Formats: sequence, C-alpha cells, structure tokens
Amino acid sequence: MTEPLIFEISSPGRVGASLPDLDVPEAEIPAEWVRDDLPLPEVAEVDVARHYVRLSQMNYAVDVGFYPLGSCTMKYNPKINEVATRLPGFAMVHPLQDPDTVQGAMALMYELQRYLAEIAGFAAVSLQPAAGAHGELTGVLIMRKYQQERGEAQRTKILVPDSAHGTNPASTAMSGLQVVEIPSDERGNVDLEALKAYLDDTVVGLMLTNPNTLGLFDEHLLEVTRLVHEAGGLVYADGANFNAILGICKPGEMGFDVMHYNLHKTFSTPHGGGGPGSGPVGVREDLAAYLPGPIVDRVVGEDGPGYVWKMPEHSIGRVKSFWGNFGVMVRAYTYIRMLGAEGLRATAENAVINANYLQARLKGTYPVPYGDRTCMHEFVAQGEIEGAPDVRALDICKRLMDYGFHPPTMYFPLIVHEALMIEPTETESRDTLDAFADAMLKIAEEARTNPELLHEAPHSTPVRRLDEVRAARHPVLRYRSRA
Amino acid sequence: MKYEFDPTVRYAKTHEWARVEGDEAVVGISDYAQDALSDVVYVELPEVGSTVQQGEQCAVVESVKAAEDVYAPVSGEVIAVNEALDETPELVNEDPYGKAWFFRVKLSDPGELDNLMDVDEYREYVESEAE
Repeated sequence: MTEPLIFEISSPGRVGASLPDLDVPEAEIPAEWVRDDLPLPEVAEVDVARHYVRLSQMNYAVDVGFYPLGSCTMKYNPKINEVATRLPGFAMVHPLQDPDTVQGAMALMYELQRYLAEIAGFAAVSLQPAAGAHGELTGVLIMRKYQQERGEAQRTKILVPDSAHGTNPASTAMSGLQVVEIPSDERGNVDLEALKAYLDDTVVGLMLTNPNTLGLFDEHLLEVTRLVHEAGGLVYADGANFNAILGICKPGEMGFDVMHYNLHKTFSTPHGGGGPGSGPVGVREDLAAYLPGPIVDRVVGEDGPGYVWKMPEHSIGRVKSFWGNFGVMVRAYTYIRMLGAEGLRATAENAVINANYLQARLKGTYPVPYGDRTCMHEFVAQGEIEGAPDVRALDICKRLMDYGFHPPTMYFPLIVHEALMIEPTETESRDTLDAFADAMLKIAEEARTNPELLHEAPHSTPVRRLDEVRAARHPVLRYRSRA
Repeated sequence: MKYEFDPTVRYAKTHEWARVEGDEAVVGISDYAQDALSDVVYVELPEVGSTVQQGEQCAVVESVKAAEDVYAPVSGEVIAVNEALDETPELVNEDPYGKAWFFRVKLSDPGELDNLMDVDEYREYVESEAE
C-alpha cells in the first residue's frame, strides 16, 4: 500500500479554501486561548479529493461486491434510504429544537415504533438504544428492574445458550448479573434437560438468539419459552437474526418478552466501519412502562393530533443522549415503507433460500456440522478440507479475497471447529451465489494441489497477508512520521 | 494424533491442567487447547491472593481467533502467577506444560483432583472431541 497519510502530503502554505473579507467586527480572543501553531495538513481541495478517493478504492464494501459475513446481515442498502435521510426536514433539524417545530420527524419516529411493534408482535418499542449490544443491555436492565419491582430481587442469573451471540454474555455481565451458559443438543437446539436443571428462582431470564448462530431455528422454541415462564423468568430475543423470519412469524407470539432490533442489519442501513447503528427494544404489554425514554407519543388536543416526548412510568431511564440515532431511523422507516408487508416477507424467504442454496452447493466439499437440517438465513461450514491437513479456515478466507469476495465470518461460533459462517442475504442473485460457490470449490481443489497458494494468499489485494499475531502482540497505537 | 500429552498432570474437560506439588498445584492449558486457539496474543491472569473455585472462570486467553475463558481445574488461593506471560504470551503456544504455567494455588480441597482426568482418559477425550 503506497498511499501516504494526508499529513504526509501537506505542503506549507497550501490552502483548500479562500475566505471572503471580514465584514463584521473582529472578535477579541483572549491571548491565553490563542495558540502559535496548529499542525493540521495544508492541502488543496484536489489533494483531499484524490487522497480519499484513492483510499476508498482500496476498500471493499457491499457496494463493490458480495459480502457473506455471517451474523452481520450485510445486505445491499437501497439508495432511496439515503435520499430520504438527506431531505432537509430530516437532515437539518437540531435535537434541541422545540417539539412543535419537528412534528414531522416525531411522526416518523412514532410510526416506526408502531411498525416495529407490529412486525415483531410487541406492545411497545423504544428507539433509544444506539446499536444491537446497547439494545441487549437495555433489555437486560428492563428484565432486572421488572424482577426487582415484583419483589424477586434474589434473581441474579441470566441463562445464555452456547450458540448465542458473544454480546449476550457481555451485556449480562455489564448489567451486573451473572451469566450461566447452557449447552446445545446434538441437533443444535437448546439442550432442554440442561435448561431445566438451571431453572429456579435465581433466574432473571434466558437470552435466546433465534435462529441461532448456527443458522438454525430452535425446534423446541415454544417448550423453551414455556419452561422459562413457568420458572418465573423472562425470555429475551436477540433480534440480530430477525432477517430470517421477517413477516413470517412474530417473536412476541412465540413467548419472547423483550427483543432488540438491529435496524442496521435487518432494515438495510449501512454498517461496518463503525456505524452508526440503531438497536430499538420492543416489549410485551406489562413491560412497556419500563422502556427507556423518551419515546414518542401521539396525543389528540384541541388543535388536532400532535406528537410529544414521553418518559414511561417505571422507565429504566435514559440510555442515550437526545433521541437515538435519528438518521438510521429514517432509513429503516423508508425501507419498511418501500417493501410493505409482502416485501418484508419476501425478504426473509429469499434470505433463507439463498443460504440453503449455498449450503447445498458447498456441503459435499466443506463439512457442515448440522447440514442435515434446513438452515435459516445463514449456515456454518468448516474450513477443513479432506486431503489438505495444513489448510485452515483463515487460509481459505484469505484466498477468497483473490477471487473478489469478502470472506465469511470465521472462527465463530466457537462451538464449531474452523468455523466459516456464511450469510448471503436476500439481495444476491443466483449468478453471484454461483460465482461464490464456484470460487469456494476451486479453493478446495487448490488446497489439495497447491496449498502454498492459500498459505500466502491474498495475492491481488492492496496489501498482502498482514502479520496479525505481531499486530496483536506489539500494537503500534499512534502515528509515527516516516520522515 | 498430533498433540502432546503430559503424563505428570491431571486434566479438566475444559482443557486446563493441574500439576500437584505437595499441597500446591500449578495450573495451565493443554497442548490441544493452545493448538485450537492458534497464536496466543494475550493472557489475563488472576491476582495473587485471590481465590479460585474449581470449574469457575479464573483467567482469559486471547488469540488471533478468539478470547476464551479459562476455568480453574482446582480450588484454592492463588499464591503466584506467571508474569512472563505478560510480555511473552507466545510461550503458551511453545511450551504449554512448562514455561507457560498460568498460576500456582494452595489447594483448599485436594479431593477435587478426583474430578479431573489422568493422561489416558484425557487423550481419549480429546480424540473423541476432535472427531
């Protein structure tokens, strides 16, 4: 990679803008606030444009190619979402404006709360949380407060299956509760006997990712939620995999009490590269009073209907400054309105059939531990190729880059050796799926005939294989000038 | 089978080992565990003076692939930790039964050792798990 830092193309005195003459009185700035030097890059507009365009061309993005990153739902983000979110009435408002002047933005939030509640079968939704794991933490805090207020403060444990997202135990620990791991059975479901053994009056609830990280819909789901409820616990749904069941079934009707939505996954807002995301939380009727606020309420006054901020009665409080990540909400709202109910259902159907198509094409060559089952929106294969003992999932992923694909998620979930977690999403054509499957099969052949090709991959990317071990053991955390 | 097994230690199902020395035990992770983790980049150890419980999380190993909890194979008070792992976590890959010991405990319940596997049982366990 040869692109220098923007500081390194700086040239003293070069400027990118010319300011007009001062036409207002010059303000006095106290001398102690004025500094002698400000080491910012000195560049022209063309330098800036070329520098960042060149960097963007080295990047790989879902607008460049196929991105089958399991658990992340890297679907294509329709550009109409961007058009909507840039409308001046949405883009130019300030969070401290009087509510009377932002009624349109509040109406959108109110409608989005209602749509999300309807789609997942819940009574109420808060749009406050900033992303998925933040939604989880919010959900766990709601469950904890609910148990405490009904006099069950001795409940301090959250059960988490070993096929859950890694953020589930992290959110639990963050909320001050204790994590108890529940094993999976041989078909990838929650092990019912193990679950029963842990269910007592110390359990706040269960966090369940369904479909789970193996891409499997739990075959005993109703039994699981019933058992937890009988023991006085609540059931939390990790909505990260909601794309698989959108418009087909509702978590609120399957015994889930709380769920977060990943607007940035399921509802097509750009993510990766640090967000922003949005992780609204939906709850059943009797938990609505605990939601974080403010949420938007609709009131009908003398002048007609209007929208107001409202803090739920037993709210766990604020979890985010201002009103959440509003731009993401506009995109998600647009996506829902563009697709409608039938379109949302077709989204899930196509996501599932695409994943099953890839699973069927790969499973003769790559082991798929639960491959006898129909998967949902994703599946987990193993980077273990017969006749190529020295090739690991890492090598396969690096080689995929040479074929122009983003690698799948690897080494997760932890319960599968050399895991390759593949989620194609509904937005890919059969041509793209076939091109990816062909590349995977060709790589398996290369692994047997020319393993060095894989060990040294990637060969055609802007940077070759990075020394990840050295980077982790001896990280360089600040910029050092090459001069 | 490409893994090394040390006959002088007892093993937990979660792939930690304990080597008894008098009324103390030295704790580490097995060769199979380090191989599954691949290159180890960081080890978080318990504090000297803290107490660990058999089967409960007591340390964390981080590799380029994953961060994994380490569970105490025996209970007792931690009386020493291997500070060399701070600067040279790669010892876990190079010498898992020797230089890469994690910590030393004063055994509070030597009877617990019966819950651990001997080398033959552990070898069989690893072979069944690898399949």
